[in-house]
Amino acid sequence: MSELSPTTSPRWRPPTIFGSHQLRTIFLVAVALYLVWSLSTLQFDSQRVLRGFVRAGDIFARMFPPDFSRSKILINGMVESIQIAIVSTVLGIIIAVPIGICAARNLAPRPVYLAARGLIVLGRTFHELIIAIFFVKMFGFGPLAGVLTLSYGSFSFVAKMLAEDIENMKMGPVEALRATGAGFLQVVWFAVMPQVLVRQIGILIYRLDSNLRHSTIIGVVGAGGIGQTLSAAFSKYDYDFACAILICIAALVALGEFSSDHIRRRLR
Amino acid sequence: MTKPLLEIAGLTKDYGTGQRALDSVSFAIESPQLVGVIGSSGAGKSTLIRCINRLVEPTSGSVRLMGTDIPPLSRAGLRRMRRQIGMIFQEYNLVERLTVMQNVLTGRLGYVSFWTSLRYRYGEEEIRHAYALLDRVGLSGFENRRADALSGGQRQRVGIARALMQRPKLLLLDEPTASLDPNTSRQIMQLARGVITEEKMPALINIHDVALAQAFCDRIIGMRNGRLVFDGDPADLTRDKLADIYGGYDDNPAPIAQEEPA
Amino acid sequence: MSQRPATYPSRYRRYTAREKTVQWLWTVACALAVVWAMRAIDVEWAFLADAHLQALDMAERLWPPRWSYASQIWQPLVETIHIATLGTMAAVVLSIPVAFIAASNTAGYRVVWFIGRTILILSRSINTVIWGLLFVAIFGPGPIAGICAVTARSTGFIAKLVAEAIEEVDYGQIEAVESTGASKLQVLASAIWPQVQPVLIGTSIYRWDINVREASVLGFVGAGGIGLQLNASINEFAWNQVLLILCAILVLVIVSEFVSARVRAKVS
Repeated sequence: MSELSPTTSPRWRPPTIFGSHQLRTIFLVAVALYLVWSLSTLQFDSQRVLRGFVRAGDIFARMFPPDFSRSKILINGMVESIQIAIVSTVLGIIIAVPIGICAARNLAPRPVYLAARGLIVLGRTFHELIIAIFFVKMFGFGPLAGVLTLSYGSFSFVAKMLAEDIENMKMGPVEALRATGAGFLQVVWFAVMPQVLVRQIGILIYRLDSNLRHSTIIGVVGAGGIGQTLSAAFSKYDYDFACAILICIAALVALGEFSSDHIRRRLR
Repeated sequence: MTKPLLEIAGLTKDYGTGQRALDSVSFAIESPQLVGVIGSSGAGKSTLIRCINRLVEPTSGSVRLMGTDIPPLSRAGLRRMRRQIGMIFQEYNLVERLTVMQNVLTGRLGYVSFWTSLRYRYGEEEIRHAYALLDRVGLSGFENRRADALSGGQRQRVGIARALMQRPKLLLLDEPTASLDPNTSRQIMQLARGVITEEKMPALINIHDVALAQAFCDRIIGMRNGRLVFDGDPADLTRDKLADIYGGYDDNPAPIAQEEPA
Repeated sequence: MSQRPATYPSRYRRYTAREKTVQWLWTVACALAVVWAMRAIDVEWAFLADAHLQALDMAERLWPPRWSYASQIWQPLVETIHIATLGTMAAVVLSIPVAFIAASNTAGYRVVWFIGRTILILSRSINTVIWGLLFVAIFGPGPIAGICAVTARSTGFIAKLVAEAIEEVDYGQIEAVESTGASKLQVLASAIWPQVQPVLIGTSIYRWDINVREASVLGFVGAGGIGLQLNASINEFAWNQVLLILCAILVLVIVSEFVSARVRAKVS
């Protein structure tokens, strides 16, 4: 909202986030070019799209009303997802605590630190579905693969957060406790844990919620949970059942997120 | 001939950059007294204090507390030695989320196993002692306050109580008043002085406020560039001696009480 | 010791009996939940006994990557990027109106706000892969389904964060513009939009980075991208190909993270 004096140039343009207007024009042109290129490479068949819209209408019609009659399978699948989420979170945390401590530059010797960090990075790079497939191939279909997948994902995330918290904490109390003659475990428990614990509980809740989301999809590759049921429903064209499942998943995830937000806010 | 309580001989700390943080420092504390270490920043005061309980590892030299040489000790031996040395820090170094009582009790960690400390099973005698210490430092009734809810002066009192909880044979104080206002600084120094006299324990205090040092210490050690350049009575600290320690007349941090001949 | 022979308490209680009971109840409840989850999962924990051997076996089969396969994965990789990028772009466009109707201070009517919130919940509770299942049913297998899936999930993600930014705008600036007699739309454009724009851009780039990871697995449900090749290779037990694809995905993820971090740093 700048003031213009009558003697400045008549053309004033609002500043743009791109720094200069030329950059902005270049950006918009680049976007347009990209759109043209990508859409042509993807062999965008407009016929197919139109047909898709028609089919969409048909599918949505068949989805409503949702079919809750097969509630037993539905509930079994949901419950299994919840169980996978809980167990994975717990397992993940149990492994994450020692590895997280090892991955903190200010507590662990260098080779240990590097090894722990390497282990963590592996888990965070690949999508959980990819990890799920590997575990399915190694341990067979079913919830075991699911638990292993999500445990590994949880451990990576929590260990990284824990290591970061430890690296950011105040070293003063640690030094003071060392000076009283306390041993390593005592220093960790009385000086490190109180500083990182509150945030860690928040992270635990967040991870539980995250695992709840993920547990609903790993079934798609056979790692247990409601994802398997959903995938089967789609392939059998049971759209009304699929709709019921979708509603349940959405409700569960939304509930999980709501509770998680609520608890974490109260923890502050 | 009684053994000195604390005997430091040829203590050296070399960071490998050519400059020595400590250069062959030697002195002894024969009887219970409060020894103040003064000098400009970088003179090695903090390093000296920290080399005694090996928070900083000395390069060479010996540190004997009650006859035991500290630098060559194993980890277990060092732990046993450290629990007999109480330390008070400039930044108080309390565990902020724990209560005052929990912080004081951490003074006993060196004496108990991990599992005992976990369950806070310190024994009735120790708990009574802890309450008594809180009373002593003037924090009666504060035991369930969280450490981060206290003022700077109050936190330092907890620090003192924690150190005393160790029933130490030696007290180390690393600039305990540097983060406090002048009034509170005096109070803390008075408290420390009182405690040291009562418990009859030797104490080494790293202090930058020369006036405070002269007012409260029995003996002054002056350091410059890692070397000990003055060791004597606070009354002997003339302007010239101070210039020696601080490297110039302009560096004198505070006017001295006895400039004129008495 | 102390001059006064006072009597001091011989026990220290950090928590009152009541607080301790509450803490115990929570601990017991969580423990019960975990035990229930573990038992009901019905898993052969004995399988894990030789887990490390399985892992080593898998590692042996993966190595070395089959470089000759590289020529075949270029096109799917590019397709993956397109799916992520086009999907994010569409999501950005859609998220703007959704954000405004989901923010309590710009929604106008309560009903409108409610609709906005529901769209957010729907979009965010259903995972990209599950959206993928739905859109494959509608549009058939291929990148179109993938793009729609990415859009469906990302719209809610971006819109929620933008809505939060809208709700947190500095009212001083709005009042200043309103007092000049501007219409509601003008207030929107000149007072609200500039504050919201950085959030929109930052969030979009962040989501694009996530979408690259998601797009790499959409092929598992037939929605295009490198996931198709990956799934096929795994099912054929062509492990050396698998490793190559994983490396490619790794590089893709690293590059996208790098780009995303750089651009976001420049924007903020």
